[in-house]
Amino acid sequence: MGLRVIEVNHLTKLFGNAVAVNDISFSVEEGEILGFLGPNGAGKTTLIQLLLGLITATAGEIKILGIDLIKDREAILSQVNFSSSYVSMPTSLTLWENLSVFAKLYGIKNHEGKIDSLLTLFEINHLKDSLTRNLSSGQQTRLSLAKALLNSPKILFLDEPTASLDPDIADKTRTLLKSIRNKSRTTILYTSHNMKEMQEISDRIVFLDQGEIIACGTPNEIIQNFEEENLEDVFLKIARRKVENIE
Amino acid sequence: MSLVRIIALIQRHLYLYQRSLPRIMEIFFWPLMDLLVWGFITVYFQRFNIGLPRFVSFFLGALIFWDILYRAQQGISISFLEEVWSKNLLNLFVSPMRPCEFLAALMTISVGKMLTAGAASALLAWIFYSFNIFLVGISLIPFVFNLLVMGWAIGIISMSAILRYGQEAEVLAWGLGFLIQPFAAVFYPVSILPIFVQPIARMIPASYVFEGMRAVLETGAIPYESLMKAAFLNGIYLALAIRFFYYNLRIVKEKGLLLHRGTE
Ligand SMILES: Nc1ncnc2c1ncn2[C@@H]1O[C@H](COP(=O)(O)OP(=O)(O)OP(=O)(O)O)[C@@H](O)[C@H]1O
Ligand SMILES: [Mg+2]
Repeated sequence: MGLRVIEVNHLTKLFGNAVAVNDISFSVEEGEILGFLGPNGAGKTTLIQLLLGLITATAGEIKILGIDLIKDREAILSQVNFSSSYVSMPTSLTLWENLSVFAKLYGIKNHEGKIDSLLTLFEINHLKDSLTRNLSSGQQTRLSLAKALLNSPKILFLDEPTASLDPDIADKTRTLLKSIRNKSRTTILYTSHNMKEMQEISDRIVFLDQGEIIACGTPNEIIQNFEEENLEDVFLKIARRKVENIE
Repeated sequence: MSLVRIIALIQRHLYLYQRSLPRIMEIFFWPLMDLLVWGFITVYFQRFNIGLPRFVSFFLGALIFWDILYRAQQGISISFLEEVWSKNLLNLFVSPMRPCEFLAALMTISVGKMLTAGAASALLAWIFYSFNIFLVGISLIPFVFNLLVMGWAIGIISMSAILRYGQEAEVLAWGLGFLIQPFAAVFYPVSILPIFVQPIARMIPASYVFEGMRAVLETGAIPYESLMKAAFLNGIYLALAIRFFYYNLRIVKEKGLLLHRGTE
C-alpha cells in the first residue's frame, strides 16, 4: 500500500441548516488519480474547498501530507496547487508576468526556466508576451494549469479543469496529467461531468450524492456494482433514482 | 511574513498600472477636476472679499489633503477589487500567501498611490494658483502620515465589507470616505458643526489634520497636541480595521463565500 497523502475523517460541512458534506471519510494514496463524480450540488466543489482550507469544516478532521490542515495550512499550501475553470488570472498581465508573480508567491527559485518549460508543455510558449485577456478560454485554462504546476505540487486539486477545452486539448491535457503523475507521483483530485473522461483518467472514483459517498472504487468496480454498461448509465441510474424518490 | 511574496503582490499591480492608461489617468483626473472647479470658485469668492484672509490657501490645501486621504483608501479597496474583478482571489488564497502579507502589500500600494496623487494635485495647485503646499513646512510629514493611516483604516474596512457582502458593498470602495467627509472638518472648522455633531468630528483623526493644516497656514505654529491625538486615534482605528478584516475572513470561510467573491 502506498503512502497516504490525504486522510479525511468524518468531515461535515453545514451551510446554515443545509448539509453540503455529510460525515464523509476517505483517504488518497500517493500517485493516485481520484475522480469525484456526482450530480450538481452533490458537494464536490465544497469538498475540494474544504481540503484547501478555503472553507472551514463544521466537524471532522483533514490531514494532508501528514499535516493537520487546521494547524499548518501554509505548510500544506506550498506543496499543493489548484486549478479550475471558474477561476482565472489577471487579464491585463502577460502570461509570463502572471506566472512570475505566482512563482514568487510559491517561492520558486530560478523560476524563469520553470515557466518556460511549463509554457512549452502546454503549447502556449509563443504567447508568453501576449496579454492574458487575448487568450481563448482554452488557452486560459492551460495557463491556469501551468500555474497549478509551478510549484511541482505533490497534490493537485482540479475542479472541472477541462470544462472549456476542445476535445483535442482536453484529451492532451488528460494525457499530460497522467504523464505528470507517472513521472512525479503527483496525486490528483479531479472533478468533471464528462463521464468518459472520468472513466479514462481516474484510478478510483468517489461517487458523491447529497454530500455523502454512495459508491467508491475503480471505474470498473462501480460499473459492475450498479450492473450498468458504463459510468454514464450509473450516473443516470443514481440521478433518476433520486427523482423517483421525490415523486 | 515573506518579503518576496509581498513584492510579488505589489509587482502584480505595477504590471497592471504600467499598461493601463485609464488607471493612470484616473490618478490625475479627479484632482484636476476638483482643483479646477473648487479652485476657481474660491478665487471667485475671494474677489468679492468674503473676508477670510487665507481662504484660497485653506481650500486648496484641503483639496490636496483630501485627495491624499482618498487615494490612500482607494489604494487598498480598489486594489482588492482588482483581484475580485479578475477572479484571482482564489488563486491567491490557495497559495502560501498569508493574509498579513496581502495586507502589507495593499498598504504599500496605497502609499504609492497616495504619493503619486498627492504630488499630482500639489503640482496642479501650484501651476494653476501658485499655491505651494510645502508652505505647511515640516509638519507636512506628520499630516500626510496621519492621512495615510486613516486611509488605510477606511480602505481595510471597506475591503472587509466587500469580502463579506460582495458586489453590493462595492460602492463602499468609493463612498465610505465621503460618508466621513462632512464630519472631518475638511473645508471648515469643527466649530461650525452643530454642537451635538462636534464630538463625532473629534473622533475622526482627519479633523485634527485639516484643522492643523489651517493653523499652520495661518500662524505657522505646529499643532503638536492635535497631531498626537490624531495619531492615537489612527492607531486604534487601524488595529480595529485589521481585526475586522480577520474577523470577516473567518466568517467568509465559514459561510463558504470566498469562492463566490472570486467568481461572481
Ligand atoms: N456558500 C454556500 N452557502 C450555502 N450553500 C452552499 C454554498 N456553497 C455550496 N452550497 C450548497 O452546498 C451543496 C453542494 O454544492 P457544491 O458546489 O459543492 O456542489 P458540486 O457538487 O460542486 O456541484 P456542481 O456539479 O454543480 O459543481 C449545494 O446544495 C449548494 O447549494
Ligand atoms: Mg462544483
